[in-house]
Amino acid sequence: MNAIVLARPVSMRRGFARALLIVPALAFMALFLLLPLTVVFVEAFKQGLGAYWNSIIQPEAASAIKLTLLVAGIAVPLNLVFGVAAAWVMARFEFRGKNLLGAFIDLPFSVSPVIAGLIYVLLFGAQGWFGPWLDAYGIKIIFAVPGLVLATIFITLPFVARELIPLMQSQGSEEEEAARVLGASGWQMFFRVTLPNIRWALLYGVLLCNARAMGEFGAVSVVSGHIRGLTTTLPLEVEMRYNEYNYLGAFAVASLLALLALLTLVIKTVLEWRYRGELPAHASAH
Amino acid sequence: MRRGILPGFGLGLGYVCAYLGLMVLLPLAALVWKAYGIGAAELLQLLSSPRTLAALRLSFAGAFASALVNVVAGLLVGWVLVRYRFPGRRMLDAAVDLPFALPTAVAGIALTALYAPNGWLGQFLKPLGIQIAYTPLGVLVAMTFVGFPFVVRTLEPVLESLDHGVEEAAHTLGANRGQTFLRVILPTLMPALLTGFALALARAVGEYGSVIFIAGNIPMRSEIAPLLIVEKLEQYNYAGAAAMAVVMLGFSLALLLTLTLLQRRSAVWQEAAA
Repeated sequence: MNAIVLARPVSMRRGFARALLIVPALAFMALFLLLPLTVVFVEAFKQGLGAYWNSIIQPEAASAIKLTLLVAGIAVPLNLVFGVAAAWVMARFEFRGKNLLGAFIDLPFSVSPVIAGLIYVLLFGAQGWFGPWLDAYGIKIIFAVPGLVLATIFITLPFVARELIPLMQSQGSEEEEAARVLGASGWQMFFRVTLPNIRWALLYGVLLCNARAMGEFGAVSVVSGHIRGLTTTLPLEVEMRYNEYNYLGAFAVASLLALLALLTLVIKTVLEWRYRGELPAHASAH
Repeated sequence: MRRGILPGFGLGLGYVCAYLGLMVLLPLAALVWKAYGIGAAELLQLLSSPRTLAALRLSFAGAFASALVNVVAGLLVGWVLVRYRFPGRRMLDAAVDLPFALPTAVAGIALTALYAPNGWLGQFLKPLGIQIAYTPLGVLVAMTFVGFPFVVRTLEPVLESLDHGVEEAAHTLGANRGQTFLRVILPTLMPALLTGFALALARAVGEYGSVIFIAGNIPMRSEIAPLLIVEKLEQYNYAGAAAMAVVMLGFSLALLLTLTLLQRRSAVWQEAAA
């Protein structure tokens, strides 16, 4: 009895401290995360479903969707193959310069998107290193689709590798060595042992890579030239509409990208809940 | 890890190096080469125009301030998400990554719609004499938004692995809650907080998409360095753009190096503790 009487004030004080921390944390998240997301959808549907639909089906929006899918459709698979190869080398072998290689793989994450665009302009632009040569052969990279693809590859390069390297390091190579000893060829070992072991982490990395590829703005903005219907991806279409004071149209296109972001978060969370053990430790759900 | 049994080392390493070289190192080398070609004296002159200096100052100071805000906010949110159980906690935890997932242009126009003088929040701040959009404060808000997940995500695993026994020991030895937090918990969190700070800083310094809409881009006042680079490029002032880019790249590389050393150090600490 005594113990209960004593315990009550302590637990009440704990409840107070708890509320004192939880309320500002929730307020910060509501203000900084949920409100910006809400505003996108509210502004997009401000004039009703008809007006929303009308600004989505404009031809320039359709071509922006197609271009966004095309760019991500090229950049993501290339970075997927790179990520698997990089993880194989980094997690299975010891060699000189390994730390340096790891730093180079992460490098694009610390480069400003604008600089990521700029470097391709310096290489392939009209006054760039290869500019005159490309011009002589009539090849256009800057202000054309190849430039968008290159800039997107640069920005999203580390995503898959970064998920796979820690996972494969923690898994170790016993199973793969066993497969080899039992006579599996290199590719048999890869497709029957390595790939099944990393499939969820691979999906996780591709998911994040794709979200960034479709949503990238700064880098593609620099190399795009903003030619409507030809070199404007969805995020660039948002910018162009916004700068034309077509706010409804800008938010309508933005709502598509926000939906993509939400979908990405949902799939990511589901992966974290269901396949916790098969993802790198830093991706664990709480 | 005997190289003999596992295949694909030569092929894999060759492919990885070729891909990285073509996609990342060659283009970055082009930038460094361009800046080298300009020469040191000219480079300094390009960088010393008041507008360039103001833009660089805003990007660095704004990013630094936003990373500080995120350390405080991230510590609070991370603490609450790991330590307390309440309805909707898992959903909130997933929502922490929203700034990673939401395209920056979308974040930019959304924040502007909130903080513009006639916006959702701006209309209430206006009578108080506070304007956020189209001022350096707007830059700070956007940078804080994009950097927010870093501190929370680097902190969460450390918070989860905290040994409750140590806290209880501090409590039994007569420390109050504040003392326990400041002297026992905070030192353990320091490496993660510093890492989160550096990551948020690196992201905010180079941030472009979410900032340019809310900043208003008034030269000398709310114009960030990446935007000035874009403007110089649009005027075909490649030398001016490259000069600014090299400064920013140098800063990012220095930060990356610091981060690597920091992580190595904290790994040593953890091993020593274990």
